This record gives sequence, structure tokens and C-alpha cells, in this order.
Amino acid sequence: MPGKDRWGRDWAGWALDTAVQRGASYADVRIISERHRAVSTKNGKAGTVADNETLGLGIRVIVDGAWGFAATDRLARTSIDRAAVHAVAIARASAQVRRQPLRLAPVDAYQAVWHSPCEQDPFAIPVDRNLQVLLAVDQELRSVSGVTLVEAEMDFRRIRQLFVSSIGSEIDQTRVLSGAGYAATSFGESEIQRRSYPNSFGGQFQLRGYELIDSLRLLDNARRVGEEAVALHQAPQCPQLTGTVILDSSQLGLQIHESIGHPIELDRVLGAEANFAGMSFLTLDQLGSLRYGSNLVNVVADATLDHGPGLGTFAFDDEGVPAQRTDIIREGRFVGYISSRETAHAIGQTRSNGCMRAESWNRIPLIRMTNISILPGEAPLGLEDLIADTADGVYMETNRSWSIDDKRYHFQFGCEAGWEIRGGKRVRLLKNPSYSGITTEFWNSMDAICSRDHWTLWGTPNCGKGQPQQTMGTGHGAAPARFRNVKIGGAYAAGS
Amino acid sequence: MPAEHLAAPQLDLDRARAREILAQALAASRADATEVTLHAVISALTRFANNAIHQNVAEEQTVLSVRALWQGRTARATTNRLDAEGISAAADRALELARLQAPDPDLLPLPEPQSYPSVARSLAATAALSPADRADFVRQMVAVAVAAGMTTAGVMANSQTAFAMANSRGLEAFHQETSAEYSVTMLAANSSGWAKGNSPDIAALDPAAGARTACEKAQASANPVEWAPGKYTVILEPAAVLDLLGFLFWDFGGLSVLDQRSCLTGRLGQQLFGANIQVTDDVSHLLQSGAPFDGEGMPRLRVPLVEDGVVKNLVYARPTAARMQREQPTAGARPTGHGFPLPNEYGEAPLNIVVAGGDVSTQEMIASTPKGILVTRLWYIREVDPYRKILTGMTRDGTFRIENGRIAGGIRNFRFNQSVIEMLQNVELLGPAVRASGEESFDMVVPPIKVRDFHFTEVTKF
Repeated sequence: MPGKDRWGRDWAGWALDTAVQRGASYADVRIISERHRAVSTKNGKAGTVADNETLGLGIRVIVDGAWGFAATDRLARTSIDRAAVHAVAIARASAQVRRQPLRLAPVDAYQAVWHSPCEQDPFAIPVDRNLQVLLAVDQELRSVSGVTLVEAEMDFRRIRQLFVSSIGSEIDQTRVLSGAGYAATSFGESEIQRRSYPNSFGGQFQLRGYELIDSLRLLDNARRVGEEAVALHQAPQCPQLTGTVILDSSQLGLQIHESIGHPIELDRVLGAEANFAGMSFLTLDQLGSLRYGSNLVNVVADATLDHGPGLGTFAFDDEGVPAQRTDIIREGRFVGYISSRETAHAIGQTRSNGCMRAESWNRIPLIRMTNISILPGEAPLGLEDLIADTADGVYMETNRSWSIDDKRYHFQFGCEAGWEIRGGKRVRLLKNPSYSGITTEFWNSMDAICSRDHWTLWGTPNCGKGQPQQTMGTGHGAAPARFRNVKIGGAYAAGS
Repeated sequence: MPAEHLAAPQLDLDRARAREILAQALAASRADATEVTLHAVISALTRFANNAIHQNVAEEQTVLSVRALWQGRTARATTNRLDAEGISAAADRALELARLQAPDPDLLPLPEPQSYPSVARSLAATAALSPADRADFVRQMVAVAVAAGMTTAGVMANSQTAFAMANSRGLEAFHQETSAEYSVTMLAANSSGWAKGNSPDIAALDPAAGARTACEKAQASANPVEWAPGKYTVILEPAAVLDLLGFLFWDFGGLSVLDQRSCLTGRLGQQLFGANIQVTDDVSHLLQSGAPFDGEGMPRLRVPLVEDGVVKNLVYARPTAARMQREQPTAGARPTGHGFPLPNEYGEAPLNIVVAGGDVSTQEMIASTPKGILVTRLWYIREVDPYRKILTGMTRDGTFRIENGRIAGGIRNFRFNQSVIEMLQNVELLGPAVRASGEESFDMVVPPIKVRDFHFTEVTKF
């Protein structure tokens, strides 16, 4: 069991042995033990208080040049053998409808034990302390007249994964993830407004322990957030126009996720998601030539700890490939996809760049974003400097809605709050701000981005992909940035 | 391994075995009162793209969940370790989490034993689908693509689930179900088509016919032209209807109204939609799926939600009904059996939606339309405005222009920003209701509809 040196090694060995004996030319096993705590409050009372654990094994095999995968949470030897046999049978069925045999880029065999940095084990913090923090925030938010609904939450995960492959890798990784956030909702006569902190849809998430919660200054921001939710009712509607937009770093993080992170997934480009998550406008002929953005746009896929404690940070991906940093966009030019051992050859690479990730033991790894981040500007520039440098426009903060077509050309985002900028100053709050555009046109219109001291590595905990659908956490480093000639306000276009 | 050994694994959690495990969990609990649930699943999914199987997976899992109640407090712990140690640990964790909270004066005692409507949704033929069977279905769909010179992608899946619950007051509930599903996309040079089906019974599905439908859509929408954004008369096929309506029905939960986060806040009893809109939540409907009880073991009642366009009723979990009775005693709230497992912040929702259809075929709708748009499927729908219920999203995989009562060809995909409330005020025609399956919402029984003034605000590049 977890904590013992040989944890999972026997289970993995049984599965691998059986698969190879049954004819697998390659096999890998992932054993995962996950603990999850979810705590929430709502209008002064505890909401969800839940503790979940899951433990299981998944085995992926290649037989006759095709994939098979089976997973079980029954860890007796007979059950594990049965899962391995099942995986082999599934692979043989796959081979009946295949075009070419699979070809995997080589990977070295690794023996490694890795723990993500964690100063305070969140599972050592009692739930009553979690509730105490959330209820203090709740009380502060509800003290604002006009706030009608207050929701606050914390979320913690500890995931231990043993990866063992038939080429001799044995990688034991433990990752601790934490998250927290809150939202104040205000119902008026004919509308509902909301403000969230530090981000919407759950808050901020990182690969850290409870120290993340302490760093978020949840209570310090509560009154402002509540007051803004109420003030939005009196604010004028964000107008419909073409103009300048400044995005806060959390919204820019989601913009990166949807309009860069997904299009660069090489499996999507090659058609693997055509029926569900869709394809990508980034066809292979555009690698190295497409002008994705302006010269200021530099984007990396970076799973290494040097990049920060993101939800996409690890030591090895779920194919046993070491974490890497890959340039995606360099000075505006498209230069890289995120890949796997199976797809690397499609772009002439001899190695995967290490982006295969699975939700848990019962899912296969897919190409997933790691930390897809825009690099900050080199010259010192803060948000207020950027606003002061802007004659007129709209500053938008905190995502409220997001949507993009299935090839990732056309997007529309709504934000919780906007501020009209006139003469380099925020002059008034605007409600229901939104903007839309075509991906490459938008990124080519970026003419300023704030510097490192305004850059935040945001966590998106709920990225969906694959069938059966998998939810994955991804990281997105971003700083506030300015875009010109953007369509603003289309979500509330007249008559909608 | 020889093909004759590839039989599908079968779920081994029957009512008697479930009762045994649940009794063990109840006995392990030291709480004042305890509720336990057991959810077992065997599922398999064969995925194809580029005319070949590229992903092919199966899993088996059984999850035990324990909710402890202790001196006015409650909490939940979940595990898939079903040995005695794992069961006891889950029971202890639930109690420990409950003890660390402040008491909640509104916490209800557990419900007493209930009786449930009978539903039969477990089909042996569906459970028996093997990897080779799924591959055969995929081969049939790929053959349609190859014959048409197209590329296809999709899934063929089957599953068996069992859900059991018990509580320390003697309540017991058990439900078994199978599910079969296909989804198929056909890709042509500059167009695509899509079809999907889902049923507890594999015999009710025809994946090859779905592939042919998707193929015909791809052919008929080739060389799409661009139409300017604006308000159009639109015919929405059932999958498009359900994906839009899926965002509306969370608002029919009683707690969402009490929380004032529902678009129905202040609108109960109003004529909110057109007089031709009738909606019921009905778990017993022949085309529906799911268990006949909710997360607390209450029987799912049939609830008329909308009659002649008037919002008549909400659905209620027990705690919501009790609160509604306190705060709005004239509303007549009672538990309807639509609650999520407790504790939670969301309350309840109707999950067995049946929208009454009409007798106008989609072809007749097209024939009655001088200029309009036929939509197969929608994609990436998100809520823009929670009270006006404006949703945004894209059309996808088969969007057609209608001119002079005929399909005139393909059209580039649009972004819409449309209030669903207004959409349901503008329904001109309804077709026969079918069990529909989409990607953004749970399956429903919905008709195709013809709607005037559907608002497309932008157009994309394909």
C-alpha cells in the first residue's frame, strides 16, 4: 500500500507478465492511488464536505500493431490477470480495423521517484479549519447589501502514480494539488450578476499544498468582490463596437487554453478527436511558417518545475517520457505542437515531447496540455501602466463564458466585469462585457503584455477531452495584455 | 488469444450481493444514522478515426459511498476499496468529517423505506457486446465512409451499471441498466455530417444507418457558402434541441429558485414559453433511462414542468421541499425524487426530460420554409446570461441553407447568441419526439422544431 517501497510493483509485474505472455509487443501499467477532499460553503453553512479515495490499475498494450486498454479496481492476482487478458483481446479487435501498425517513438527506460513540492500537506489540515476560512469569507461577502448568494470552496488532491512499462521503466510520482475560490451572486429585478475571486469556476489551482490557500488572500478581497457584484446592476451595458481590449491574466490564461492550447494538440490535428472534441486549423503544413501572433507573442508548453507549480507540472508524462519545455510560438511564429510517442513522427520528430496524460487509472493517456503559457514582456509594465497607456478601450476581468468552434478558429468569451478606459483612466464599470474574433487575427493584434511581476501561473482544473471523457488540470501562465481592433459586445448584440 | 475467448465481462453485482455489501457498510458505521450507496460499472468503448480503430478501452469499477449523520451534521466519504478495512475506513472518515462541522438545524433525518416505479432497462444483448462485436459495428461504419470516399471518426460503446442504496432506517433501492451508444462523423473535403444513437438496448440502434445519414449530410453540405449573420428561421434537429434545452432544465430545481440563481426566479406560473410547449419529467417514459429513485432514495415522480407554455412545477429534493414549505408555504412543494446525493449545494434537477412533439416531419418543416437554416448539431454551448438565458455556441457537422422549401446546400457554420426562453416563445412547428443524444447534455426525449428569429451573430471560416 502507499508508503511502502514496493507499493504496486507486484500488481504491475503481474499485469505486464500476463500481457507479454499473451502476445503484447509493448505494455505499460499505471497504478494510481488518489485521495480527494472537497469542502464548500454556501450562504453561511457547510455545503459539500466529502472525502473520496480511489485505487486501481490500468494496462495499455500493443498487439498486432494496435492498442488495447483495460482497467480494474480489483487488485487480486486473478483480477489483474483478467484485465491484462482483456486488454490483449481488445487490442486484437482493434487490429481488425486498422490501417497501419502503430509506430512509437523511442523512449529511454527510467527508474525514478518524484514528489511535487508541498510545504503543508492539505490532508493534515482538519476540515473545520477549511470551513473556518470559507465561512469567514462567506460572512464578509454576505455583509454587502445586495449579495444574494455566496459560494466558497476548497479542493485538494494527492495522486500517487506508479508507471511500469515492458521496456523497463519504473516511475513513482506523487503530486499534491490544491485549489480555492469563491463567488458572490447578486440577483436584481431582472438580472443575475456575479463576481468571483481569484478566478471563476472554482478559483485558483496549483501543484502546491495548503500554502497555496494561505497565499491567495481570500478574505482580504471578499468585500471588494461582493461590492462589485452588486455594482454591476447599476453599470451600463458594455457597448457593441470594434476597439481595444485589455484582458486580465486569468482571462488571458483561458484565451491561451482555448485558442492555442487545444489547436496545438497533435492528435487533434491528425483527426483523432474529429467526432467529439474536434480538429484544428493548425494543419501540419503551417508548422514553422504560420504567423500565429505578433512579435510579442511567445508561448511555451512547459511541464518542468522550473516553469512553476502548475497543474501541468510533473516529472514524467503517462508514457514515461520526461517533462520538457517546448517552444510553441516564438516571436509570433508557430513552431511546435504537443505530441506523444505515437504522433511524434508525423512532424518529423524522433521523440515525444512528453504530453500524454490520463485522468486516472481507468483512462488511457491522451495528448493533453501541460502548462501552456505566454511569456511575460521584458520591459517593466504593470496593469495600471498599461491602462494609462491606452487612450480608449475596455479592460475585462474574470471569465464568465467561453466558446470556440471545433477547429478553433472563431471564439467568443464573456467576462464578469469590464471597465471603460478613457484617456488612460478607468472611467466606469461596464456589465456583461464580451469579445470575439478569429484566433490568429486576435493574437496578431496583441501590442503589449505586462512584465514578469504581473505574470500568474493559473490552473484550469476542468479541461475535457476524449471518450470516455476525461477531465484534466492544465496550467496557463499569463500577464495582462492589450489587443487592438477587437469585436466587443457581440454576445449581447441587439436582439439576442 | 483465440476469438472465441473474447466474451464480454459481466457485472456480478446483483441485488443480493449489493445488499450484503451495503449491510456490511451500515454495520461498520458508528454514526447516529448512515446512508450507503454502491455503484458498479463495466464499460467499454471502441473509438475510431481516419477509418481505423485508434483507441479501444474497457474498465470495471465498484464504488461505495457512505454518508454519516451525527448530531445534526452530515458528510460523505467514498472509496473503491471494498474489503472490510476499506469499508470501515470510509465509514470512519465520513463520521470524522461530520463531527468537525457546526450543527445544521435544517438537516433532515434519513427517509424511511420507499416504493419505486418499475423500470426494465438491463438488456442481456447489450451487456454481451464483446470487443469483436464493437469492431464489427465500426467496420460497418468505416465501410460506408470508404464507399463514399470519406473519412470517418466516432465511437461504439456499451456498458452495464448497477446502483444500490440503503440507509439505517431500512430504506433499500436497486437499479440495473445497460447502455449502448454509437456516434459517427463523416468528413468530406470541405464538409461533414454526424449522427448519434443511444439506448439501453443495442437492438434499437443501427450504427450503419447512422453512418449513412452522416454521409448524406456531408455530401449535401459540400462546398458551403457563407451567409451573413442575422436572425433566421431555423429547423433544429433533435440533438440540437436537447443540447440547448439541457442548459435550461437545471433552473427547474427548487433550490436554484430559492437561491435566486434560476431564470425562473419570480416567473413561476407565468406564460414564459409558447402555448405549444409541454414538458414533463418522467423517468418511466419508454424512451427514457436512469434509476427510478434519487440520491437520497426518494422515488422519482412524474412532474409536469411546463403546460401550454406556463411554468407549472419545479422539482424538489427532500431538503429543498422542506425549506420551500417553511419559506413559501403556499407553493405546495413536496419531494419529487430529483435530488442529488447529499450533501451538496445544487439541490436537484429534472434528468428525464420529455418534450411533447407534434406531427410535422422535418421534411414538411423544410418544405414550409422559404428561407432558413437546418441545423444538425451544436457545439461548445455556454451560458452568456443566466437570467435572460442567453446561450452561445456554434453549429457543426451538417448546417444547411433552405431556399424555397428545399435544401439548397451547405452553409458555413455560425455562432449563435440566443435566449432559450425567447426561442421557446418562437417555436412554429414541432415534429415527433424521439430519444435524442448530443454531446453537451444528457439524453432526452425531444422533437425537432422550427423556430423563427433564431439569432446567429457571427460566422466562422468553414
